[in-house]
Amino acid sequence: MARRRWPLIPSSEITPESVYLNRRQFMKGLALGAGALALAGCATPPEPTSTPTPAAATPVAQATAAPGLLPPPDAAPVASAQADELGDALTSHEAATTYNNFYEFGMGKDDPARNAKDFVTSPWTVQVGGLVGKPGTFGVEDLIRQFPPEERIYRLRCVEAWSMVIPWLGFPLAKLLQAVEPASDAKYVRFETLLDPQRMPGQRSGWYDWPYVEGLRLDEAMNDLAILSVGLYGKMLYPQNGAPIRLVAPWKYGFKSIKSIVKIDLVAEPPASLWMKAAPNEYGFYANVNPDVPHPRWSQATERRIGEGGRRETLPFNGYAEQVAGLYAGMDLQANY
Amino acid sequence: MRKISPLQLLVHVAALIPLAWLIFDAATGGLSVNPIQDIEQRTGKYALVLLVLSLSCTPVNILTGWAPVLRWRRPLGLYAFGYAALHFLAFLGLDYAFNLRFIWADVANKRFIFVGLAALLILIPLALTSTRGWQKRLGKMWRALHRWVYLAGGLVVVHYVWAVKSDIREPLLWGAAIGAGLLIRTPPVRRWILAQRARRLTAKQRGAEASRSA
Ligand code: HEM
Repeated sequence: MARRRWPLIPSSEITPESVYLNRRQFMKGLALGAGALALAGCATPPEPTSTPTPAAATPVAQATAAPGLLPPPDAAPVASAQADELGDALTSHEAATTYNNFYEFGMGKDDPARNAKDFVTSPWTVQVGGLVGKPGTFGVEDLIRQFPPEERIYRLRCVEAWSMVIPWLGFPLAKLLQAVEPASDAKYVRFETLLDPQRMPGQRSGWYDWPYVEGLRLDEAMNDLAILSVGLYGKMLYPQNGAPIRLVAPWKYGFKSIKSIVKIDLVAEPPASLWMKAAPNEYGFYANVNPDVPHPRWSQATERRIGEGGRRETLPFNGYAEQVAGLYAGMDLQANY
Repeated sequence: MRKISPLQLLVHVAALIPLAWLIFDAATGGLSVNPIQDIEQRTGKYALVLLVLSLSCTPVNILTGWAPVLRWRRPLGLYAFGYAALHFLAFLGLDYAFNLRFIWADVANKRFIFVGLAALLILIPLALTSTRGWQKRLGKMWRALHRWVYLAGGLVVVHYVWAVKSDIREPLLWGAAIGAGLLIRTPPVRRWILAQRARRLTAKQRGAEASRSA
């Protein structure tokens, strides 16, 4: 797992946006293969031979930011590294911000980027309560000041068998939970997305039981991998990525990482998520990435990495077994999917 | 060689446009960042649409009496098979790079793949026996064999329903189209429709005669 403090010191002047096989190079990419991903230039077709030029170490992200805050979503994308700890290249900024599942803004992959364009995410507060000693309502900007975001480069594995590598900015969820002092009978964390069919047109569809709800066991939530993300690629989140604040739990399928959170409650019983209610035989409470638990539609044994041709094998816990497998010691992961 | 009428030509052009469009999109960056899925979904959809169109020719002929539509059945059916074959090849080759270990690990527990495969396996003998020669050779058997196309259509609808996450309206709509066509061609319904058409025709003729003699 790669992590850096924000503001970021970019390792080179080229934006990581260029590190990918852009879809226009898809046909070329099928021939090139994953090894040749360090390509330069995104507007111009990349040449496999070009090498990154070393750059002056300017904190690009800081330069455009308001004091204590992140640069706006449309600032230039930056990341401190071009690959995750396994050497897998970052997914392009373009793909990460235009190919999204966020049903509050429509069911097509390109719907969220289009329909969430004018979604206003400031001011925004998160109400934290339930079985806690110090409940409170926190403005997102105050959270960012209180818990300075750090960069985490994580793989994102969607249950639909596609995946990305994304440089998130965020802070450990544990920090916020500790600040509100969980009571001894708090065993689970329940998250809720904004419910506002006026601003989130997808919520007018009757296919799902809105609002979006997700949950973690408290020890999962306390694991250092679980973050509340407020940005990606060195700047604030776009609405389609779950602005202004979202969960990222990289060892679980993407749908667990709930977006645009307004409410976090500590509770005694496992909360029923939107997907568990919609299709209990397909989606369980844990939803850990597990190549051995099949899904009726999508492969869980293999996945398509966006930007690559073909398929790669899916790793148990999405490659984070070392950090999280202990949470599930002795549990039957076939039954607890 | 028989001469190809403009109406026949129209079918070929119309059926090839989606392929041209797909190739154009793939070559110019018009696909999403998950292009393999786009290709799989689009070829599958074109196959289904062409299959439904092929199955609609006979009902349209029954309803309207327009005969040339019957000559569209075979090309539309063959193009449906062609897109289904592309769909299957995209799945094997583009998606899985013919990696049999991956394919088996992924497919063994997917019911929607099995019904898709069943549909394809039905379409293969139908495509092979679609020629005039086979039609003559098989005689009465030919009609019996080619009725299986309805089963293939039904299986594809099930394949589609099981392939989507929640909104199954579109696959059900295609299923309803196949069902309506099937209903129209069942003998009692067909007889009734033909009788209605005949009645209207004679009424019109009588009207014409009456106005002439007046
Ligand atoms: C062995 C045979 C087949 C295989 C392996 C197969 C595979 C697939 C796969 C993997 C998908 C899901 C694509 C996705 O959403 O990611 C799909 C969808 C689909 N397939 Fe097939 N298929 C087969 C046969 C057929 C046949 C014979 C037809 C039609 C004649 C067909 C029509 C469709 C349609 C309409 C969809 C839905 C497309 C959409 O979501 O818009 N398939 N198929």
